[in-house]
Amino acid sequence: MATTSALGGSVRRREDPALIQGLGQFVDDVSPVGTTHVAFARSPFAHAKINSIDTSAARAADGVVAVYTHEDVAHLGDLLAQVKVAKGRPLLAHGKVKHVGEAVAMVVAESTYQAKDAADLIDIDYEPLKAVIDLKESAADTSLVHDDLESNVLLAWEAGPWGDEEGIAATKQTIADAKARDDTVSVSVEAVNQRLMPVAIEPRSVVAEWQAGYGRFVIHSSSQIPHALMGAVKTTFGLDATHVQVIAPEVGGGFGVKLNIYNDEILVAFAAKALGRPVKWTETRRESTGSSTHGRGWVGTATITGTKDGEILGYELDAIADMGAYEQNLTVAIPFLGLFVGSGQYKFSTHWKVTCVFTNKMTTDACRGAGRPEAAYYLERAIDAFSREVGVDPVEVRKKNFIEKFDEAVVSPIGFAMDTGDYSTNLDKLVEVSNYEALKAERDAARAEGRYVGIGISSYCEVCGFAPTALSELGFSWSTYGLPAGFYGTGLVRVNPDASVTVITGTGPSGQGHQTAWAQLVSDRLGIPVEKIRVIHGDTGEAPMGIGTFGSRSVAVDGSATYDAAERVAAKAKDIAAHLLEASAEDIELDAEGASVAGSPESSVEWGEIAAAAYLPHRLGESEIEGGLESHVIFDPPNATWPFGSHLAMVEVDPDTGNVDILRYFTVDDCGNQINPMIVAGQVHGGVTHGIGQAMLEEVVYDEDGNLLTGSLLDYPIPTAGDVPFYELNSTVTPTNINSIGAKGIGEAGTIGTAQTIVNAVVDALDPLGVKHIDMPLRPKRVWAAIQE
Amino acid sequence: MYPRQFDYVAPGSLEEAFAALGDDSKVMAGGMSLIPLMKMRLFSPAVIVDIARIPGLATIEDGGDHISIGALVTHGETASSDAVGANASALAAAASLTGDVQVRNRGTTCGALAHADVAADQPAGALACGAVMVAQSASGTREIPASEFFVDSLTSALNADEILTSIRLPKTGAGEGSAYDKLGRRGGHSDYAVAGAAAWVKKSNGSIEAARVALTGVGTKPTLASGVADALVGTDGSDAAVAAATEHALEGVTVLEDLYGSEEYKSHLAKVYVSRAIKQALASI
Ligand SMILES: Cc1cc2nc3c(=O)[nH]c(=O)nc-3n(C[C@H](O)[C@H](O)[C@H](O)COP(=O)(O)OP(=O)(O)OC[C@H]3O[C@@H](n4cnc5c(N)ncnc54)[C@H](O)[C@@H]3O)c2cc1C
Repeated sequence: MATTSALGGSVRRREDPALIQGLGQFVDDVSPVGTTHVAFARSPFAHAKINSIDTSAARAADGVVAVYTHEDVAHLGDLLAQVKVAKGRPLLAHGKVKHVGEAVAMVVAESTYQAKDAADLIDIDYEPLKAVIDLKESAADTSLVHDDLESNVLLAWEAGPWGDEEGIAATKQTIADAKARDDTVSVSVEAVNQRLMPVAIEPRSVVAEWQAGYGRFVIHSSSQIPHALMGAVKTTFGLDATHVQVIAPEVGGGFGVKLNIYNDEILVAFAAKALGRPVKWTETRRESTGSSTHGRGWVGTATITGTKDGEILGYELDAIADMGAYEQNLTVAIPFLGLFVGSGQYKFSTHWKVTCVFTNKMTTDACRGAGRPEAAYYLERAIDAFSREVGVDPVEVRKKNFIEKFDEAVVSPIGFAMDTGDYSTNLDKLVEVSNYEALKAERDAARAEGRYVGIGISSYCEVCGFAPTALSELGFSWSTYGLPAGFYGTGLVRVNPDASVTVITGTGPSGQGHQTAWAQLVSDRLGIPVEKIRVIHGDTGEAPMGIGTFGSRSVAVDGSATYDAAERVAAKAKDIAAHLLEASAEDIELDAEGASVAGSPESSVEWGEIAAAAYLPHRLGESEIEGGLESHVIFDPPNATWPFGSHLAMVEVDPDTGNVDILRYFTVDDCGNQINPMIVAGQVHGGVTHGIGQAMLEEVVYDEDGNLLTGSLLDYPIPTAGDVPFYELNSTVTPTNINSIGAKGIGEAGTIGTAQTIVNAVVDALDPLGVKHIDMPLRPKRVWAAIQE
Repeated sequence: MYPRQFDYVAPGSLEEAFAALGDDSKVMAGGMSLIPLMKMRLFSPAVIVDIARIPGLATIEDGGDHISIGALVTHGETASSDAVGANASALAAAASLTGDVQVRNRGTTCGALAHADVAADQPAGALACGAVMVAQSASGTREIPASEFFVDSLTSALNADEILTSIRLPKTGAGEGSAYDKLGRRGGHSDYAVAGAAAWVKKSNGSIEAARVALTGVGTKPTLASGVADALVGTDGSDAAVAAATEHALEGVTVLEDLYGSEEYKSHLAKVYVSRAIKQALASI
């Protein structure tokens, strides 16, 4: 009698029936009796002195309960930020505003309409100041974002190898030597990796209740990191963890925008406590465009130096990254996440430097991929340009320079140990499934007819499931929020007295299907069917510790913890069954019904009896088995996981209009073992679509005075299903050895692999016209302009 | 997003609607453009007169020498109507390329015309097809030719107390055809027009006897490109003749730069789409 293996099956997502019928519970659905509503008065200026704020008309308006400005909340200090090196965000603007959309005053009223109307009545006298918008100008400190700091530059991340000054000097020398050789060429690409908005369909929302009788907050927030918010609230208000419960119910997409602690969350909690009434704020779409975090926003030059037969000897990146006006959760750490994969999956020497600067724009932080799409973009664009220059096929160039297959950790040139990799096999599979040679023949035939068809290839290696805990020394933990410094995963598995199962995990998903995947992991070990397993996540009242869901970490870290916990519960269930059946535990097998003795199926006991015995320990007699049937595993992986993959795009450009059509899109992603291939495919679909969004459509635009020109989805187009091609998905499987399930992350892979694939393809299409590079987004106007040059 | 306070009236007849309309009121049909503007507080009328419950406005009718499209006919209905397809295929095509499925199921053709967005699709179709706008108010009925209807950005020739109750389109005769094509803001045909053009042509004995060409997306309003039409008439409609006529596309047009294109690019696109629309119209005859 074998356990029914639930792992690796495309089990349908259990969360979907509620979601597609509109029966899911989101934060905005939470309205305790007496809830009041918040609206903010926000800055229309990128940089201005606040001469005065007159709130009298707002205070007198219908339904207004309270109006707050900086003075009212100054005692709470600035907004906490996990990795802060220079300047945090004031909860409400203090003396000056530093970006369009900055919150200046907060109105609490009986209804949202009343709050909005009153916010319009707040009279703020601004004196506009010069705004710092351009990244190069910011780095040159011609004008300061914060006049109490000496420079706009926060720091520069430099590596190759990371943390080794002498090594970096040696790398620079190696690359200089390579450049000096007669038989080498250097090819540079100067490129913008534009600012994006991580658009979640559900806007952010927070509801805070202060239970005065118990001195306790209950806060619902649309967050990817409810435990970090719990920590920030308890630290700000001087409480302990039992007095702050944060719940993230259904979360309608995150993409990094909810991987943050926001001033609105703290302010809503403050008002709830001050007023003794529940307080709710739900952001409007227009508000989200200027006041929720953005991502990316780099300018840089990537240079490859190599021999004419395609051997690469050195890679250099020199870039500036836009932090916006204030640091929030991981703002300045995002480029560092890119640094981890600065040398990608290649063996050549790499010197990588990214300078982080303030500007008078909204704060940047994570946006799906967070630093890694930027890193992959520069590297893979430069390799493509180099391949073109030396006339060697881009597939061949990549294969020549890949690190060879490895099953034990290998340290990359940028200086990090990677778990497992097999890059050539992966790229070979792309060549095979896409029928690369035939596509090239098709392209060449189209070219001969005067059409502009191109093929783009790129490979990528990413890092996710951030670990080990040693990295917390670099700031990757929630220590600033008063929580232990470490990125552990947690999984508790409990078989209940009626043989249903409760799983409690430290994740904070926003649509990734943890209800399904976690149930599969547990079912695989226990045999109990998925339908009987309930997964609780995103609730700090249930899970003592939780890092949240971001950086493609959940399955590899918390999923593994849960799997291991289920394994321990299975062992105990076998002990109980062995006792009840008077057999030896080694001979017990578990399945959906219960337990039986190997070889004698008539000797069996149902799950109900096993569970009942666990909770009625007298039935266990003198077995010395303790009551209860649960296990809680805290898992600290020895390393992050390092997924990889290769993508191919075939495009056609209309030379009259610059319009780009994506004709084919192939992926071969490798995330190790797949718990649920259908969910993996869904993640890749979303990821690739996000990458196409960056490549083709999306761009946050501030004008030279810092006005936000893309203040609604009318001006910030995101791709819909109708705007993207059919995806041809494939995979290779190279399990990780750092967790028991062999799974790596997949949530960001599609995004990390896509943008450069599309740009490489468009540049290939326009190769007959001598086009070398076009900056994203490849809106027809840009492509057409490149054709004209 | 939350609009400012307003009164909402849902009259059951045109007479009641006229009575409710005043200086600070707005007609609402599908609400696809009106409601977003109100939610952004860019637009805060005191009274909304929702015409959705008024009987008799939701039909496409055969009027003998013309067809008429009522005020509540949606983009989707205009796009899929055989009568519109046969008699004004440029308008049908423009309706089919307006927004997405949800927008096409709620938004109305008359609403899109009354809204007079500089980048809207159907105004170009209406101009090229020679539509006549039927505007009614308490004081009577006016017939406004499409060529006089689009006044400026978001401004039509309608008065605040008027309802565009229908538009009339002349029926297609022998040798006539029309077409619409655009580049959308999301690329391809998706979203508002970065540039779009509609063309109607009438051919007899191998030469073009009459033509109307309209542009949208590039300037301050959807507009007829009369210079193009004039240059086409009398030619054989060959590629060379179309290319020569297309050179007149921007006469009298002030091209505006926006996030989707520079002046130079949009000027170029205008010609590309004028040429494509004319060729498609000729091919459809
Ligand atoms: C997501 C989205 C995508 C869109 N994409 C496109 C696109 O690709 N191309 C495009 O052209 N448009 C597009 N639109 C705009 C939209 O299709 C039209 O503007 C809209 O449908 C207008 O019709 P309506 O019935 O919804 O008008 P409403 O929104 O009700 O009204 C619009 C304006 O017209 C006036 N009005 C409406 N009907 C009448 C009437 N009978 N008499 C007098 N005045 C009237 C109103 O007072 C108001 O000022 C899009 C809209 C959305 C929301």
